[in-house]
Amino acid sequence: MSLPKVRVPYLLLLPGFAFLFTFFILPIINLAQTSTQTRVAGGDTGQYEQTLAFSNYIQAFVENKEQFGRSFLYATLATIFALAIAYPLAYGIAFKAGKYKNILLVLVVAPFFTSFLLRTVAWKQILGEEGFVVPGLRSLNIIGEQTTLTSTSIAVVAGMTYNFLPFMTLPLYASLERIDPRTIEAAGDLYANGITAFRRVTVPLSMPGVVAGTLLTFIPAAGDYVNAAILGSPNTKMIGNVIESRYFKIVDYPTAAALSFTLMVAILILVTLYIRKAGTEELV
Amino acid sequence: MPKDPITARGDLRLTRITKSYGDFTAVDDLTLTIPKGSFFALLGPSGCGKTTTLRMVAGLEEPTVGSIHLGDTDITTTRPYQRPINTVFQNYALFPHLTIFENIAFGLRRRGIKDVKEQVDKVLNLVELPHLAERKPTQLSGGQQQRIALARAIVNRPALLLLDEPLGALDLKLRRQMQIELKWIQREVGLTFVHVTHDQEEAMTMADTIAVMNEGKIEQMGSPADLYDNPETAFVANFLGQSNLIKGKIDGTDGDNLVVDLYGQKISMLKKRSHAVDNSLYAGIRPEKFRISRLGTPVKGNTLSGGKIEDVSYIGVSTQYVVAMPWGQEVMVFEQNDDGVAPFDKGDEVNISWEPNFTFGLRGDEDIEAGTEVNPEELEEE
Repeated sequence: MSLPKVRVPYLLLLPGFAFLFTFFILPIINLAQTSTQTRVAGGDTGQYEQTLAFSNYIQAFVENKEQFGRSFLYATLATIFALAIAYPLAYGIAFKAGKYKNILLVLVVAPFFTSFLLRTVAWKQILGEEGFVVPGLRSLNIIGEQTTLTSTSIAVVAGMTYNFLPFMTLPLYASLERIDPRTIEAAGDLYANGITAFRRVTVPLSMPGVVAGTLLTFIPAAGDYVNAAILGSPNTKMIGNVIESRYFKIVDYPTAAALSFTLMVAILILVTLYIRKAGTEELV
Repeated sequence: MPKDPITARGDLRLTRITKSYGDFTAVDDLTLTIPKGSFFALLGPSGCGKTTTLRMVAGLEEPTVGSIHLGDTDITTTRPYQRPINTVFQNYALFPHLTIFENIAFGLRRRGIKDVKEQVDKVLNLVELPHLAERKPTQLSGGQQQRIALARAIVNRPALLLLDEPLGALDLKLRRQMQIELKWIQREVGLTFVHVTHDQEEAMTMADTIAVMNEGKIEQMGSPADLYDNPETAFVANFLGQSNLIKGKIDGTDGDNLVVDLYGQKISMLKKRSHAVDNSLYAGIRPEKFRISRLGTPVKGNTLSGGKIEDVSYIGVSTQYVVAMPWGQEVMVFEQNDDGVAPFDKGDEVNISWEPNFTFGLRGDEDIEAGTEVNPEELEEE
């Protein structure tokens, strides 16, 4: 007996849907409910009741707009730096690496063999007093004797850039590698010098990779709190850190939930605008 | 001050060009002049160096040794974008992110030409696809993409247009049609076309002059008729059409003719069509030049007797016979079905004859299999 053909795709989708429903849709409904609750008068810590208090959102945003701004600023900076580092890297692997292509790709993903947390702690060492970066920069008189790098926004952005670099590199590589080298030769044949051919042919053809890479970097970076927690200071707190402390330290669930929703919507709006502007649907 | 290469015009001259990749010599001491305004074909099997030669002319490869001139301008090391040369790439290499209009306008815009729209429209009309200007390349059929690739190149009116297996991706019927169109367009625009192909029929249909390449060297160069009627090497004799090559010995001369002994039977041929260097030679006769006759029928010209029909294939316009000769060789004969004579049957004993002037002579030490083994898979790769 064979299944009717029409049903097969739905059956294949079923496990994924069931998983997402249980672990994404249900929690998000729960989160939405929590976000409009208020404290029970005279109740215990962590005891809340549903009052449809939408004012939670306004209050949460007003109290934390600085951290929101910082989150998007840091995420934007990390995305830009990651793109600047990853583009030449992906280009080199795609077009110049020859037989070393696979080894280099393994090296790009190699950091994933160590835990995210551990790598971030390692950056604390690298940027700390006992690392080689600070003494090196001091001896070159680039930074003063008193300047440190840990607990600064530089450290947070550097850590984020590093941690999300593979997410930028891999999609970029995938789209650069797909470019037919003959189209680049054709540009040269049609009177475009190297720079013009790069600008007019290589870059537009790699746009799907640029869009995918920047999204895969920006979205997790905007909600990240590990880098700020380990490499930063109270002055570099991001919205992720606020949510974390509201949940686990202050046990203020409604505010944490409202902040989470606000972050989600803000990212959605930004990403939609970005994709519209980048116009990837036009590319093949 | 040297002339700007972009303005160079004239004949293309390759002088003692060699291109090596490590131990492998792709092009070996090649010297070649392609006259301005001609339709020139580089013909040869996969790996013969024809594509490498084309890429050196385009500037995509640099020769290891030798020089390339266009008119009196040395362009050996000129960058591709500074050469007045455009290429129709194999598989076209159209820009997938640009419209057809912008694909064609690409070269004009890079050179800062003013009336882009007018020129693009003109060339779109020439290739009869003006309605596709706003489409993207992926929305076009193979034949349409081919024409756009051609339009994108000729709109620049280059001194030289290079075509790298331009019709290889098209099906047979479309290929025939494009061959005729390409030839027409070449006459229309009056540019020099250099065409690289492994398809002998394509080269013969379109080109004024063909250079047959083998193992990095030119085997022979000439008009399609020259190459076909008077090949100088076994490779050319076999690569362009089919040949019957029969081992023989030069027995003497008779005025302008040579007397040749083929397994005891004397034939005659023109002295000037022999490329033999000593007494031993291969007599070459094209299959359609042979006539078959029954024993005892009087015939003119050279005759070889003792043949026996081995195989008959009737293909409408002609009939192909395989005739076994007394010395064990099988020869191929194509007979037009135009004289009403009943075809011969398998097992018939026959004589074969031909006009002496159609004979060509090759060196007796040639490998008579050269150029016959063409692996179709290899051709796909190039």
